[in-house]
Amino acid sequence: MGLRSFVVLAVLICAGGRLTAKMGLDSSARGETTEGLDTLAVEEAMGVMAGRELNPSFYEAQRAAHVVPIYLNTRYGSPYKVFQLESVHKATVEDVGDTGRRYHLELSVKEFISDTTEKFTAEVFFPLGEKQLPPKVQVPSLEKLTKINTKAEEDTLYQKYKTKTPLLSSDHLPDNFGNMDPDMKPFWYLCIVASSFIMLKESTENTFYNMAQVASLTQMPTENDQLKFDSTVLLHDMVSQEIPRWKLLFTWSPAEGVKALQMEQQPRCENC
Amino acid sequence: NFKTEKKLSLSGPKTISNRNLATLSLAEYDYFKYHPMEEISNWMTQMEKDHPDVMTIVDYGKTYEKRTIKLLKIGLKTDTKKKAVWMDCGIHAREWIAPAFCQYFVKQILQTYKTDTKMEEMMRNMDFYVTPVLNIDGYVYSWKDNTTRLWRKNRSPGPSSGCYGVDLNRNFDSNWGTVGVSFDCNATTYCGTQPISEPEAQAVTYFLGTRIDDFLCFLTIHSYGQLLLVPFGNPNFTASNYDELMEVGQGAAEAIRKVHGQIYRVGSSPDILYPNSGSSRDWARIQGIPMTYTFELRDNGTLGFLLPEDQIQPTCEEAYSGALHIITYTHDKTFNGAIAVTGATLWSMLLAVGVTRVTM
Repeated sequence: MGLRSFVVLAVLICAGGRLTAKMGLDSSARGETTEGLDTLAVEEAMGVMAGRELNPSFYEAQRAAHVVPIYLNTRYGSPYKVFQLESVHKATVEDVGDTGRRYHLELSVKEFISDTTEKFTAEVFFPLGEKQLPPKVQVPSLEKLTKINTKAEEDTLYQKYKTKTPLLSSDHLPDNFGNMDPDMKPFWYLCIVASSFIMLKESTENTFYNMAQVASLTQMPTENDQLKFDSTVLLHDMVSQEIPRWKLLFTWSPAEGVKALQMEQQPRCENC
Repeated sequence: NFKTEKKLSLSGPKTISNRNLATLSLAEYDYFKYHPMEEISNWMTQMEKDHPDVMTIVDYGKTYEKRTIKLLKIGLKTDTKKKAVWMDCGIHAREWIAPAFCQYFVKQILQTYKTDTKMEEMMRNMDFYVTPVLNIDGYVYSWKDNTTRLWRKNRSPGPSSGCYGVDLNRNFDSNWGTVGVSFDCNATTYCGTQPISEPEAQAVTYFLGTRIDDFLCFLTIHSYGQLLLVPFGNPNFTASNYDELMEVGQGAAEAIRKVHGQIYRVGSSPDILYPNSGSSRDWARIQGIPMTYTFELRDNGTLGFLLPEDQIQPTCEEAYSGALHIITYTHDKTFNGAIAVTGATLWSMLLAVGVTRVTM
């Protein structure tokens, strides 16, 4: 198969999947507008394949894709809903003039508490510049991941802690052995979601963040019907291998989701 | 009270009485719990006592804080000089699953060789040199309290006050200091003042250096990331047997996947993860050991270094399968000549073996 025909075939396959995800079409609806779809598919496809094709297993695609579930955590995360990257299927990257680089990704993301996986295409734009700016993530309207029903658990947790005395206080989640009290697990999930605001803000093409541990978590009095927490979280950046420490003030309610109020990086701990 | 409980037992939910150091029985040794250094040392001593026909402890260096670095040499004793497989764990202190794997690996080969003819053959033809904890000072430090758990480096004092530790996996004499390192002694990837400035890196270098022709395989165990990494860390160099390393690596990843469904990506460090220099794996490959791999065990980042104890067993089982795939291939290539390769790769492998010690 010649290279050109391979590329065209590849983009049609990519574009077909991407468009389906974007428009949220089910298979029956797709059939009705086939002709229109094909034309649109090729036009979209030219955009998808613009730039350099990346090996989905290699670091560039992996680092960019890693940002997508972090972004989804900030938008949809909760003590019962946390997203992670499952795998990268396809990736391309293109320069956008001098402003930055845009990654087109076909990836699968999992919500790991419910073990729900969804495959979709996303775009991650890393801006270039003197000052580091956060990446911009675009995802289509998702069919599965945003429809996971966690209302009952969230409401129960919220009601329990809204007027709790004494207020929750904990540290080192998980402990040195990776263990934690089962009652604390939703709060560990909550901290992963809250940390995602930091990780999203700090992500570049040269970082790969996970939350390593919650050093401390202190509940503050409920404010405006939001549970409020002061925390110190330890992140791990795989690329530098450093453990950045952040103070993070955040809120959560089932209605409003997680909101980060204040984030402040702490000085390096010399002997940690 | 959560805090009081922790003071009594840094060893997690079990109480101190369960960890009876004085009368350690191998039959009761729990391979699916994390063990502090003292318990691992006792285990090694006990293993040697229980298996004198196949096992010897070899002291091969000292850490900065003067602890003895030991390995277990395992194999059926013969009069002839034997080929060998090297495995080290715990070069990075916080990667606790790695020492757990080395202990499991030892247990597993000792259990299997008595009933499995393939393992018996490999134990006859080769010796396994397994270092359960290489960076002992760092590992001990990571057990100190919950502020030290995420320490990575060794514990030698840096050139300026307040600076501690060198990243041992950046300190070897393999394109040292060229890429993926920091020259700031505060940094986690500080590569030291010069190649093999660190006693732990020296120990491996000198021990293997005088025996390099014996070694067929070098596996260095880390976490986390679920990766099998092949040389070289410096993107300007490609191993002469890169294709072979990749093919066998993919075979190992497939063997891993069959155990519990976990995916491990395979590739060179600069392709898959990041460029780096001064790694022990690169040094081993440059010296001529043909099959060299870095294993990055579970998980993918959810718990990262703090892998819960209930994941030790499945992680060890799958990693064992992967390691065995590489070791078996290496053994068969040397001893049987019956290798399942295509004609094209067989020829390139013959060339690779021939030029292994000449090129990088």
